[in-house]
Amino acid sequence: MSAAEQLLPATSVGTEPLFAVRDLTRLYGPDKGCQGVSFELYPGEVLGIVGESGSGKSTLLSLLCGRCPPDRGSVQYRDGSGDWLDLYAASEAERRTLLRTEWGFVEQNPRDGLRMGVSAGANIGERLMAQGVRHYGQLRAAGLDWLQQVEIDPARIDDLPRTFSGGMQQRLQIARNLVSSPKLVFMDEPTGGLDVSVQARLLDLLRGLVRELDLAVVIVTHDLAVARLLADRLMVMRRSRVVESGLTDQILDDPQHPYTQLLVSSVLQP
Amino acid sequence: MNAQAIPAREAGYNFAYLDEQTKRMIRRALLKAVAIPGYQVPFGGREMPLPYGWGTGGMQLTAAILGADDVLKVIDQGADDTTNAVSIRRFFARTAGVATTERTPAATVIQTRHRIPETPLAAGQIMVYQVPIPEPLRFIEPSETETRTMHALGDYGVMHVKLYEDIATFGHIATSYAYPVTVDWRYVMDPSPIPKFDNPKLDRSPALMLFGAGREKRLYAVPPYTRVVSLDFEDHPFQIQQWEQCCAICGSGDSYLDELIVDDAGSKQFVCSDTDYCAQRAQQQESRP
Repeated sequence: MSAAEQLLPATSVGTEPLFAVRDLTRLYGPDKGCQGVSFELYPGEVLGIVGESGSGKSTLLSLLCGRCPPDRGSVQYRDGSGDWLDLYAASEAERRTLLRTEWGFVEQNPRDGLRMGVSAGANIGERLMAQGVRHYGQLRAAGLDWLQQVEIDPARIDDLPRTFSGGMQQRLQIARNLVSSPKLVFMDEPTGGLDVSVQARLLDLLRGLVRELDLAVVIVTHDLAVARLLADRLMVMRRSRVVESGLTDQILDDPQHPYTQLLVSSVLQP
Repeated sequence: MNAQAIPAREAGYNFAYLDEQTKRMIRRALLKAVAIPGYQVPFGGREMPLPYGWGTGGMQLTAAILGADDVLKVIDQGADDTTNAVSIRRFFARTAGVATTERTPAATVIQTRHRIPETPLAAGQIMVYQVPIPEPLRFIEPSETETRTMHALGDYGVMHVKLYEDIATFGHIATSYAYPVTVDWRYVMDPSPIPKFDNPKLDRSPALMLFGAGREKRLYAVPPYTRVVSLDFEDHPFQIQQWEQCCAICGSGDSYLDELIVDDAGSKQFVCSDTDYCAQRAQQQESRP
């Protein structure tokens, strides 16, 4: 693992990490949950977490984003002013502020991440209003701008999200998270439940936005194709532990751990 | 028409219906509410001889603060002579034997549903509001644990989501009653279903404002001279309702008007919703030469 950690994308050479995780552990039973996870994430870097169902991917993600306190270990984030903030030592108010300003979270099911009872424009504007924007014209402009960026017709700004298709809801959720220009976004299977052509479009959009906004992303997926397209680095999880980590191409083309070999070889080749 | 003759108190009831321990409990909660303006204090709500939704919360507060020499006024939608107002007034006249009045300046305690009297309130008066839903965040966040956390952290961004929706749908802020306010720059509060016309009267009012929700068993307060600011957008500032008409009875141009259908042909009249204010003005105009 330590050897793999030395391998960082060329873009982040010479910069300080954005996000540092040390020995993060949360167990629901022996080998159930996740344990002993450490990594660093650099600005603009995309980290993929892959593994089978029940391997602890989602537990790890909720530990990372402050939704559930760990049994052991620490999560640290370097904020806009360059100070390190320990996520679980910070107050709940600081954690919430972080989650809706410098961080984003894209849920697997857009219904969990959107307010289904209010219009698309209000969904996009909510983070801005929480940050104290009190100018309707500005909120409206941001809403129109972001709908365009995620390829939704701006004329639908006043429509309720439930009148949108699954792929549009997912894109709206992404817009709602990115409107506050976050530096770090967590994604939990963002393409799950979408058909293949919509998946491809969403991935394309995500790839563009990640590059354009220089986002650091932690993306959980069981789809190796998604991982290959988006992620710079991969962590492979099995039975609550990280069994292999390194550059995406390296892991997918030359897997070392028997489980990773199994995972890579089980992908259907068309 | 000053304070009416003090009626005889019915034997068999404790003073103002509630037992002394309950009143003490409510007073303790009220002290906390006054100390933290706008904060919702839970209290042990009692059964009242009236269904929920008819003002049980307000009645419990009134019962707790009423003294033998208080003068009580009860209004419902601004009127002193509607069913709810008449029955609550009679209830306290019989169980507490306190004097009752319809005149705003003569009253020391005013229990109200939906209105604040047009006549300016004075220091020493207490307004008691009947509140159906004390939680201003409920419409957007149904979870009570979550809304309490939001209040604790001052996390009120979502309040503007509703106003945004109003402007997006109607072109202006269409919320016309229960219009959310910030009390003393801290807690967001539902001012009970008063029209937003009355919101400015809450701001720095010399009277003490008490709010009681019977079904939800919560009470909150705005102490005298506290800043109460209605939420709005910079480019869509808070505005109160306006009418093109004047009151058909007293001619008032600056009071809250009710629209009445006066015949089968659908002719309309606008009259003051505050009956006491209207009657006083009409009387003054008659006595003038």
